Amino acid sequence: MKKFMLAAFVLLMAVPTFAQRYITKNGYISFYAATKLETIEAKSNQVDCALDTQSGFFVVKALMRSFIFERALMQEHFNEEYVQSDKYPDATFVGKVENLKDIGFSKPGTYPAVITGKLTIHGITNTITAHGTFTVADGKIAGSAKFPITIGDYGISIPAPVVGKIAKSFLITVKVDLNPLK
Amino acid sequence: MRKTLVLIIVSFCFIGTAFSQSDSTNLMNLFANSGPKTVYTQASFKTTRIVLGQSVEMPAKGDMILDIQHHFGYINQGAYQFFGLDQATMRLGFEYGITNWLAVAIGRSSYNKTYDGSVKIKLLRQSTGAKNMPITLDYFGDMGINTLKPQDLSIHYYFSNRLVFLNQLLIARKFSPGITLQLSPSLVHVNLVATPADYNNIIALGTGGRIKITEHTSFNFEYYAMLNKQPSSVFRNSLSVGFDIETGGHVFQLFLSNSQGIIGQYFIPGTTGNWRNGDIVFGFNLTRTFVLKKPKAFEK
Repeated sequence: MKKFMLAAFVLLMAVPTFAQRYITKNGYISFYAATKLETIEAKSNQVDCALDTQSGFFVVKALMRSFIFERALMQEHFNEEYVQSDKYPDATFVGKVENLKDIGFSKPGTYPAVITGKLTIHGITNTITAHGTFTVADGKIAGSAKFPITIGDYGISIPAPVVGKIAKSFLITVKVDLNPLK
Repeated sequence: MRKTLVLIIVSFCFIGTAFSQSDSTNLMNLFANSGPKTVYTQASFKTTRIVLGQSVEMPAKGDMILDIQHHFGYINQGAYQFFGLDQATMRLGFEYGITNWLAVAIGRSSYNKTYDGSVKIKLLRQSTGAKNMPITLDYFGDMGINTLKPQDLSIHYYFSNRLVFLNQLLIARKFSPGITLQLSPSLVHVNLVATPADYNNIIALGTGGRIKITEHTSFNFEYYAMLNKQPSSVFRNSLSVGFDIETGGHVFQLFLSNSQGIIGQYFIPGTTGNWRNGDIVFGFNLTRTFVLKKPKAFEK
């Protein structure tokens, strides 16, 4: 009996370590918003992302300062005036793959994915749902998604002089190539 | 025994769920130490000038800034001169960022028909984190060429007689997102002075700063105290107060000052206005930033 209990204990304790984790520190996020007067586009190649294929948990962390803009001045204004990156250095997403059962992470292929979770930008959290895909190949998982956000939901206000220049809705593109965590 | 076993297994199941609930936190913890080790301070000032004098800011690599600067006449001249607006001295200039630490500029002022060429070098950057640096330090060097036609034709003028120089160290600290202060020890060298008793070198200490009013506007002030003055007592220290409005690519700086000269070689040693007498000029700087060279991520 004691042996059985010990075995059960070890097995149960070991479950989290069996969970398969995939990770990257070079994920890509871009955001894009255009009005007739102004196009705002920024890209980061330093996005942290991790996926637990067993539990379906999916997390993303993007440093605000890592976003590169076409115009350095716009980048400075983004950090200084809009997202206050000194105060809120990163944006995070903590979510879960909703249709985990439909995705065969062990079988190569492309699977549509629905991810719901909490997106925090500028210190404000909203629940969002994003539709994207996971592509499994060569023991790696490539994830991609596109979804819009309304910047007003994150307490980012557009000042009167530029109100016509900055779109209220931004299209976010996420591309991550996840490798197994060793 | 069986009961105990069931209890233990059930409790283990709870531990199991507890683990999976905190799984997202565990995943996020993988990135606890990611991010830059040193964070450099940015946007100490809205633009490359505090009011009249240089700030530690410089155009980013590949950016060109167009400067349009106007100083009008003294306000105390009354309605006949439309409170000084009938007279104006102006300067048109271009600044270009060769790298993020080296910028060059050229310009021309209507006052003394002066061309100027300058260089600004970032020596230290304020930062926190692994590299902790309390200040930003720039060197600013400017050469002006007075191209007025000689008035006294009996004297031979050498080209070097036309040259006026400004050397500055710009020492700034951004104390908070809204407050930045700067010290600007300055040396003005004038090759040809008006009288033999005049000094060729004038040393001055500039102090300036900005207080943000909103994210896009700020109140600025600047005072240049001369440590040695020309023997003629008409010259006064330059005092300016201004208001910055930033609208994306443009910065409008509206100000009041007792200085009519636009470049440091003229306003630091050559200010004659007295604030108490109402010898105050209204002026503005307008800057527009153009991207000449895009960052690599946007090259096509």
